[in-house]
Amino acid sequence: MSAPSATLRIVLYEGAGSRPLEAPVRSRALRLLLESGYGVTRVSADARSATAPGHGPLAVLGRFEEAQPTVAEGRTDGRPVFFCNIEGLDAEGMLNGVTDLHSRTETAPRAKWKPWFPVIDFSRCTNCMQCLTFCLFDVYGVSKDKKIEVRNPVNCKTDCPACSRVCPEVAILFPKYKGGPINGDEVRDEDLQREKMKVDISALLGGDIYAALRQRSVDAKVRFSRERDEKRALDERRKCLTKLQQDLGIPPEVLAALPSLDQIQNRTASAMAQSDTEDSS
Amino acid sequence: MPRSILYCHCAYAQVVPAETKSAVLDGLSASGVSFEAVPDLCEMSARRDPALAQLASSNDATIVACYPRAVRWLFNAAGVPLPEEVRVLNMRVADPATVLADLPLDTEAKP
Repeated sequence: MSAPSATLRIVLYEGAGSRPLEAPVRSRALRLLLESGYGVTRVSADARSATAPGHGPLAVLGRFEEAQPTVAEGRTDGRPVFFCNIEGLDAEGMLNGVTDLHSRTETAPRAKWKPWFPVIDFSRCTNCMQCLTFCLFDVYGVSKDKKIEVRNPVNCKTDCPACSRVCPEVAILFPKYKGGPINGDEVRDEDLQREKMKVDISALLGGDIYAALRQRSVDAKVRFSRERDEKRALDERRKCLTKLQQDLGIPPEVLAALPSLDQIQNRTASAMAQSDTEDSS
Repeated sequence: MPRSILYCHCAYAQVVPAETKSAVLDGLSASGVSFEAVPDLCEMSARRDPALAQLASSNDATIVACYPRAVRWLFNAAGVPLPEEVRVLNMRVADPATVLADLPLDTEAKP
């Protein structure tokens, strides 16, 4: 049985037939409800109609001047509407009442997940698939029209911006990232020029990362081919990855789990094949 | 015709300054206008919450959230492209007074 997808939405009703709340109480109630994961529609005294987005049940909170039915059905959309008289309640009391009502309605649980996932700026994306090939967590997929898409956002590793770092067009956003342009700030010419933005997959595998590492990488390749020393190759890769982790803010466990070059190269082909399968089914 | 306001509280991260969120929410609350407030637009986008379609349906809406580029592509990711006319105010960079001044609030209610 799947979890319910409808969410309980709160309407703070101060329209006709309901006395307005004291300003500090209204402010605190709004803050508490939002921080507890509830969307709130504030309906003020001059509102012409009281509608709320979504399709789940509504909890209408008001200081009603007349008795209201405990539960009713929306006039136009059939949504269940629960009336809650909040006369005399403080903000905490309102939240408690809403929490109690939530537990009695078949609605989605409140989110506990930090919503961390890539958002594609399709005005910049060239569909090169580097993000798909690099991502370790199967966040990306290919749509029926062969375009990159974020298919499994909840798979994304919290606080890992690695795919945005490999994107050559700065087309991948993480709205909750600390800095621009990955956080959605405008992309400036200097951003495109920054070497950090031009890291490619081979660089992440321990090759040509920055000018400072360039010579060491060449030396390492020569040495590896001559000596076939796997341990030294591993050490070299580890050094490069440590540098990457520090400079790019990529979590160490992500770097530690980097796939092999073969695995990476197989990803695009596999995603394309899956898209073909979905297309024909 | 009143213009619609959508406020995002960015509840699941600390990227919008808490004092900005608090002052803007207090200003909205003290005004006489109706508005929509959501805990976190990112979370709604990830769920492809159908409410986003209704929230994005008004051409004259003002969204109070973070970077406009992020907000527009978040809506797009949920399958609900925002109309070009929708304004996005950025609480990550603008101070509360600037944000509130750009909102269609009752003048007397602005703090």
